[in-house]
Amino acid sequence: MPKAGAQHGPTSPLIEARGLVKQFGGLRAVDGMSISLARGEMLGLIGPNGAGKTTLFNLLAGSLKPTAGTIVVAGEDLSRRGPERRIERGVGRTFQIPKPFAEMTVLENVLAGGQHQAGESIWMNFLRPGRVAAEERAAVEKARSLLDFVTLSHLEGEPARVLSGGQRKLLELARILMADPQAILLDEPAAGVNPTLLELIIDRVLDLNARGKSILLIEHNMEMVSRLCGRVVVMAAGRYLTEGAPADVSRDPAVVDAYLGGVAA
Amino acid sequence: MSVELVAYAAFFLTMALTYAIMCLGLNVQWGQTGLFNVGVAGFVAIGAYVSALLTTPDTPERFGGFGMPIAVGWLGAALAAGLVSFLIGALTIRLRADYLAIATFGVAVAVQLVALNLEPVTGGPFGIGFIPRPFADLAGNPLAFSLANLALLAAVVVALYLALERLVRSPWGRVLRAIREDEAAARALGKNATKFRLQAFAIGGGIMGLAGAAQAHFIGFIAPDNYVPMLTFQVWAMLIVGGSGNNRGAILGAVLVWGIWAGSAGAFAALFPPGEQARAAALQIVMIGVALCAILLLRPRGILGEERVVSRHLGRLSQLRRAGPQPTDKETSRAGNP
Repeated sequence: MPKAGAQHGPTSPLIEARGLVKQFGGLRAVDGMSISLARGEMLGLIGPNGAGKTTLFNLLAGSLKPTAGTIVVAGEDLSRRGPERRIERGVGRTFQIPKPFAEMTVLENVLAGGQHQAGESIWMNFLRPGRVAAEERAAVEKARSLLDFVTLSHLEGEPARVLSGGQRKLLELARILMADPQAILLDEPAAGVNPTLLELIIDRVLDLNARGKSILLIEHNMEMVSRLCGRVVVMAAGRYLTEGAPADVSRDPAVVDAYLGGVAA
Repeated sequence: MSVELVAYAAFFLTMALTYAIMCLGLNVQWGQTGLFNVGVAGFVAIGAYVSALLTTPDTPERFGGFGMPIAVGWLGAALAAGLVSFLIGALTIRLRADYLAIATFGVAVAVQLVALNLEPVTGGPFGIGFIPRPFADLAGNPLAFSLANLALLAAVVVALYLALERLVRSPWGRVLRAIREDEAAARALGKNATKFRLQAFAIGGGIMGLAGAAQAHFIGFIAPDNYVPMLTFQVWAMLIVGGSGNNRGAILGAVLVWGIWAGSAGAFAALFPPGEQARAAALQIVMIGVALCAILLLRPRGILGEERVVSRHLGRLSQLRRAGPQPTDKETSRAGNP
């Protein structure tokens, strides 16, 4: 069933979530959901408004802690761990509404994604300034090549607050790529982006996947999901509904029903 | 210029520099990290009292007086205030900014009340006197004494400035600013926000303690009255006027606001009859308030404002690159578009 583009890794899934439950007061936003992301896969997560997609996403990214269930990332149980532990296991995320470091320059934003930097220790800046400087030079070079990748090079010295909505999404992508994740969780990358920039984002996401990055994509834009994902998981009312190739899923009566019943526009 | 005038100018600047140190401490906490500390006076007081206790001669009616060298006092003050900041931070640093403000304010009031009431240690309302002054053997020559003290404080400020600039322009400083700008995004990049905020809070508190010690030794006498919330307000005014997030701005703001404060005190003493001077003193606070409003209206980022640091390791490189032709892009004109 998976598209030709999706390559399965030799080992276990990169992210494996089982029986996730998230209770907010009387509301079960996620109600026993399981999902797994294979190495190199580009997986779509769709569902009507209120299906619990964003809550599930936040559970996977660690910014919410599950009421029940487990999340195993690259073989380590991170169910109870905060978001800062995800990236060291190779999982990065973007935000539905981008969160640039507004007063920092575009280049500095990307540099902030660096991992294991000696210069993040107060003492190393005084005891090993040479090592800090060498790392920093390498980091700047890498950050600039990532800015080239997302076509923001010409803005590297500008504060991130001047970027448009779509540019902010690209900046977030570059920032998380700085951390060399194996998997990227993309939260509605198409929302509020003009068509030209959207094509660029789609192109870059395909490129990343071709280079072996696993991608989990939450998206309302079904056309985008069809173009990108080999496999789509459908969620409704906090639960797993079905999965399959995008074309099959969008014809599935249960899915159509969930969308028609779920959207109270 | 008369000798008195030079001596007074040196005295004025030395006092201003003690405030500059406090301001540098607050800049680490607020300017870099966005930690809303409204208990500056408390951390300054801890430094002042610790150094006074360490360095004054043995006094029968109160604890200590350990007669140690001044340098030990200053170091002890910075360490003690840094340690207290660390402990308070460990309890409160996860709080939202407004709650952190309430907590730190409470700490400062508690410290001041302890200083006022714990007579066997702090000397109570009368404070601690005979705190050894640096270069005391020069006291016979006011000019030499003032200049030597000014040189000492200037050296401390320069050393602190250089050390802080190195940190601000390092990956460590970058993480602090990232946390200040968006904590959730910083955490998603693997940055342990609590750890970095705690480090910044403790370092800032330690610097405030050092400032308290330096001031105590320069004046030679401390009392609980010195560490009321007005001090916190002054230091905040200094940082906002000079430019939050900018270490040079912190120093400049301290000198300017202290100039307004000391200058207006002199002017009011000359202008008003002695019977009215206590009431006229309230005008000093008004002056600071007016200066603050003027700055916020005219230069909301302060006189110097925060610089866009990229990294201390690529200054020239980035200038070269930015000096090159800038491709025009339709998107660049969409400044401020969310």
